[in-house]
Amino acid sequence: MRDVSTSSRSVPTMGEPRALGRFGEYGGRYAPESLVEACREVAEAFREAWADPGFRGTLAELLALHAGRPTPLTPARRLSGELGVRLYLKREDLTHTGSHKINNVLGQALLAVRMGRRRLIAETGAGQHGVATATAAALLGLEATVFMGQRDIERQELNVFRMRMLGAEVVPVTTGSRTLKDATSEAMRHWVGVTGDTHYCVGSVVGPDPYPWMVREFQRVIGDEARAQCAAALPTGVPDQVVACVGGGSNAAGTFAGFADTQARLVGVEAEGGAGAARGRLGVLHGCRSLFLQDDDGQITQAHSIAPGLDYPGVGPEHAHLRDLGRARYVTVTDDEAVGAAIRLARTEGIVPALESAHALAWVIRAADAGELPAGSTVLMTLSGRGDKDISTLKELL
Amino acid sequence: MTNLTLTPGPVERHLRARRDTGRGLLMPYVTGGITPGWTDYLRAFAAAGADAIEVGLPFSDPTLDGVTIQQASDTALARGASTRRILADLSGLPDLGVPLVVSTYYNLVLHDGGEAFCAALRRAGVTGLIVPDLPMHEADELTDVAAAAGIELVLLASPATPEPRLAEISRRSRGFVYAVSLMGTTGERAALGASAAELTTRIRRGTDRPVLLGFGISTPDQAREAGRHADGVVVGAAVMRRVLDGAGPDDLRAFLATLRQALDQE
Repeated sequence: MRDVSTSSRSVPTMGEPRALGRFGEYGGRYAPESLVEACREVAEAFREAWADPGFRGTLAELLALHAGRPTPLTPARRLSGELGVRLYLKREDLTHTGSHKINNVLGQALLAVRMGRRRLIAETGAGQHGVATATAAALLGLEATVFMGQRDIERQELNVFRMRMLGAEVVPVTTGSRTLKDATSEAMRHWVGVTGDTHYCVGSVVGPDPYPWMVREFQRVIGDEARAQCAAALPTGVPDQVVACVGGGSNAAGTFAGFADTQARLVGVEAEGGAGAARGRLGVLHGCRSLFLQDDDGQITQAHSIAPGLDYPGVGPEHAHLRDLGRARYVTVTDDEAVGAAIRLARTEGIVPALESAHALAWVIRAADAGELPAGSTVLMTLSGRGDKDISTLKELL
Repeated sequence: MTNLTLTPGPVERHLRARRDTGRGLLMPYVTGGITPGWTDYLRAFAAAGADAIEVGLPFSDPTLDGVTIQQASDTALARGASTRRILADLSGLPDLGVPLVVSTYYNLVLHDGGEAFCAALRRAGVTGLIVPDLPMHEADELTDVAAAAGIELVLLASPATPEPRLAEISRRSRGFVYAVSLMGTTGERAALGASAAELTTRIRRGTDRPVLLGFGISTPDQAREAGRHADGVVVGAAVMRRVLDGAGPDDLRAFLATLRQALDQE
């Protein structure tokens, strides 16, 4: 009675969103009327499936037998010595297909089968979500069509080939900035005409309700595993800092979900040129209310990052909410810092990270160098993917 | 819902009055700012017998539009089109005798704030608003804010909309009900789908508010057929393809006259 603001606090952080997918003032289901029913069906099917031990058991089995979970928690010993902190890497780069994207896709593909759909469509930036979607479709006998910006097709040739090898159709998107934002728009347009037999497998914690919630739940396996692994490996049980890169924010959301109720500080690292959470303004794009980079007229501006997976001018609604709550903070690093971090990890630990993941590491390095991380503090960083896909980009630079 | 929204506004009154004379309603669309003298298209539309005119405020990411309107939006934005400039152009127009209805994506409304956005529309002589990515369940606040500013917020109904929701949309929509003829994006199509007639029939069961069919209506034959089911048609991509191909106001006036004639024959 005394303080109405406590009512919003009664919702546990990173629990189920409020009605219609609200995270604070963000989220929602801003879909065109032709997609509203399809979104409702996905939400209902997900809610039922997620409460069904049979579904969860099948997913856990696929994650173990096909994707290779659980992934290890690797202490980065040499780099830790150099930085004066204790850095642990959650190794999503070791999953089948090479990034965390597979966690979400196996969940959604199983859901699509449960809903009687025969086809998956997806957008992709770096190509990792596209490859994961093509993989899950092949595994479960579904068709797959992946929308990819022409610019990304050119810089991620290897992943385009992998998708086609796996039997997926790759559709080049030649509108707008020809990157992830435009691929997402095109996938939504396509979905309107095929909702009856096709599931839209959104790749990040963006889009209309239930996607931000559902994708976070499918990714929380990262955080849940890491929580248990930290409890066993760290004297303190919980790391001081939990760090992940943020484009739309799915690996960060999954990681943070495992630590939301602890004392750990949560840090999301965005690309300097794609900092939706750090510098975005309130807006609505691709079905949700969140923070987006915009010009003075309200037009969405193009993101620019060396890491295609971070080349998105917005951020998932739950991250916007975590920012407002002060539960997580969002920082940015430059292309150069990310490339430097990738090289440093390769030479100290023998791991070539994806350029997306290298952003998270670049912040850890900068914060350690600046004394922002006290000596001996423990840092958990999600290494969201491996760097094979970025070799040609790196080759041009080095 | 407040009482403000219960009385029909000028858009609905105008469309009802025209419909009640037995006339098939025609609402052509133009992307604001598409050419330097773009408001001349509006005069041509009115002269060709439009019953309302839809003006699109171009958005960088038109997720419900097909290639033609996407191209038109990009072209207008490249010319420096913005909400402010387009509304300034509209303010300079004499009364065309038909309501002006603005359509745009919700980000542009949120950017200015619903109240300021609707007030600016009203000052520019606009009385209707269509926001295709603001579905009914998210629209309550803007419906009220718009009504207070004298703007009728039109809701869209789709072939996929289930029954109780469809009645709710028909009830809450202002001005008219925008019936999306097919499951797809905007753009010209070879034929009018069966879903158009079915949807219109379903909407009519719940309301006597004017129903306009849009999406894919591109030819006089399609307009005639649509006019048999609905109170009228919205024609966007077929207009904008001609504009993008260089057609001037007189060309568009001639094209719309063929649609007018087709609707009048019904």
